[in-house]
Amino acid sequence: MRKIWYKTAINEAMHEEMARDERVFLIGEDVDLFGGVFKISRGLVERFGARRVRGTPISESAFVGLAAGAAMTGLRPIVEMMYVDFALVAMDQLINQAASTSYMSGGRVRLPLVVRGQYGTGTSEAAQHSRNFESWFINTPGYKVVMPSTAYDAKGLLKSAIRDENPVLYLENRVLYTHKEEVPDGEWVVPIGAADVKRAGADITVVATGYAVHKALAAAQQLAGKVDVEVLDPRTLDPLDLPAVLASVRKTANLLVVQEAPLQCSFASEVIRLVAQEAFGDLEHPPLALGAADVPVPFSPALERAVIPQVVDIVAAVERVLGRSGQS
Amino acid sequence: MENIDTLKKRELLEYLVLIRRFEERVKVLYNQGAIMGAIHLYIGQEAVAVGVCRSLRDEDTVFSTHRGHGHAIAKSGEVERIMAELMGRDEGLSRGHGGSMHLFEPSKGLMGGNGIVGGGIPLSLGGAFTAQYQGSDRVSVGFFSDGAVNQGTFAECLNLAALWKLPVLLVCENNQYAATTPVERSTAVRDVAGRARAYGVQAEKVDGNDVQAVYTAAVSAVAALRGGEGPRLLECETYRVEPHCGIIPDERTPGERELWNPRDPVYLFAERLLGEGEITRADLEALEQVVRERLDRAVEFGTRSPWPDPKAEPHRTWVLE
Repeated sequence: MRKIWYKTAINEAMHEEMARDERVFLIGEDVDLFGGVFKISRGLVERFGARRVRGTPISESAFVGLAAGAAMTGLRPIVEMMYVDFALVAMDQLINQAASTSYMSGGRVRLPLVVRGQYGTGTSEAAQHSRNFESWFINTPGYKVVMPSTAYDAKGLLKSAIRDENPVLYLENRVLYTHKEEVPDGEWVVPIGAADVKRAGADITVVATGYAVHKALAAAQQLAGKVDVEVLDPRTLDPLDLPAVLASVRKTANLLVVQEAPLQCSFASEVIRLVAQEAFGDLEHPPLALGAADVPVPFSPALERAVIPQVVDIVAAVERVLGRSGQS
Repeated sequence: MENIDTLKKRELLEYLVLIRRFEERVKVLYNQGAIMGAIHLYIGQEAVAVGVCRSLRDEDTVFSTHRGHGHAIAKSGEVERIMAELMGRDEGLSRGHGGSMHLFEPSKGLMGGNGIVGGGIPLSLGGAFTAQYQGSDRVSVGFFSDGAVNQGTFAECLNLAALWKLPVLLVCENNQYAATTPVERSTAVRDVAGRARAYGVQAEKVDGNDVQAVYTAAVSAVAALRGGEGPRLLECETYRVEPHCGIIPDERTPGERELWNPRDPVYLFAERLLGEGEITRADLEALEQVVRERLDRAVEFGTRSPWPDPKAEPHRTWVLE
């Protein structure tokens, strides 16, 4: 066993997959200089050369589309978005082009593309550097959406994403970059579409994503002795491991979904829809979704904290689902 | 102008006639309801697709546009399966999943059209990137029109292609109209070649209605690309005879179309070959007959091809591993 950062896990996955497959290359802003802004591409250009590690001009549409075209013609690009917010500049290339082309070709063209980048809140960067837009891509046919919360999952899932034959949106939480944990020696992969129970419990299932997994675990710790909370991390948001969610909900008979993205038409509402549809009779209490307020993410830490679910909010939401407190 | 041999001249003429008659047939079928959707006819621009695509190898990639029947035929020759695709049938090039704007035949380097004006330009750089990455002398071609030169992708891609010396041939079909807006109402600087040069891309203007001129310009551009000399742009001045698409009518200044008639690319080249004694009137009639029979077979193939079966079709977005 050894201890590594979440961001080191991502870096290691790229090192290993680029060594394994000559067709894999990395493209994005600053990825060939000093390991990139967040040091995620550290050592790659030194090891694999400028041909396979391509720093780009600030032209997201051009380099995302170039990567999609390279994928269509036999390569396996990893596109790094310095901030996922910047992907919005390239939405036509990401959605109309990358996500739709394989299907529109009747399956005659494949598009193995990984779009990865960091997202999230909690660092006071205001609305254009704090977006949580995973739900848009879940709503877009063509993308698999992956959102690891641990170093182990980050490495194993990125390796699976790079080996996948389809466009994969791989979302890295900025706050978790310096989260350190023990990982095994040797190689591992985490399959896309497999959830993981991060904490077993009997009274309520809390489905949480990204950084909210850690907040849910902290809430579970606070509630221990009063409420036995199960924390389930779907890890892949699309395709969702629905059997794992249903198995957990059938065991605990209660459901709370927590995310840092706004709630309307979101991943959380989708989980509640599916559980209501498939396991309504197994529920003891009405399920609840907790997410960001419906505002652009504010700058000031005082405001930012207020619009994103915190541990205290999760504790209160668990109690509300179970009917153990009276507040709305 | 560079001399090209008789065989090549005949090939160019055959493709010009084939595409023209194909489009005329499509127009009839569309009006009969046998072809649905938004059909963007290529009539008037045939010399561009033929001149460029017939300068390429099968392995070279072409990224086409919404007005892509001509590119698809000139690059792949798959007339029957293109017709079936336009009819939404299972034996269509894209198995009925793409239609008129999304014709794919990867084995012939045809990498699809595009429903978004300017959307295919970055993809065409991707084809060039792959060739360069693999150390191959393949080239990639991105077609677009004057409507696309005001999209951000055009500017971004000129810069990136020049920066990385990508083996991409950018082909602007200046057909005078962006949807229904005439070029003078949409474009402050109409010198597309000049705009490309400003970004460091070597560019040439060519008469887009003269297939021999387009072909010889393309041959020399492609040779430069294969030699690793960096990207090239061809600005082909041409004229879109038909409205933007089957569902959007347009009004032209009276007499405008008639002004272009003498510049009709099919007529122009046929007359030149007759004048040069390369072909006879009888050859031309024979060619028309061959094309007519081939299109009869294509329509029959499309009509007889089954519809995609919604029950057999899993509607799976993701391809299986």
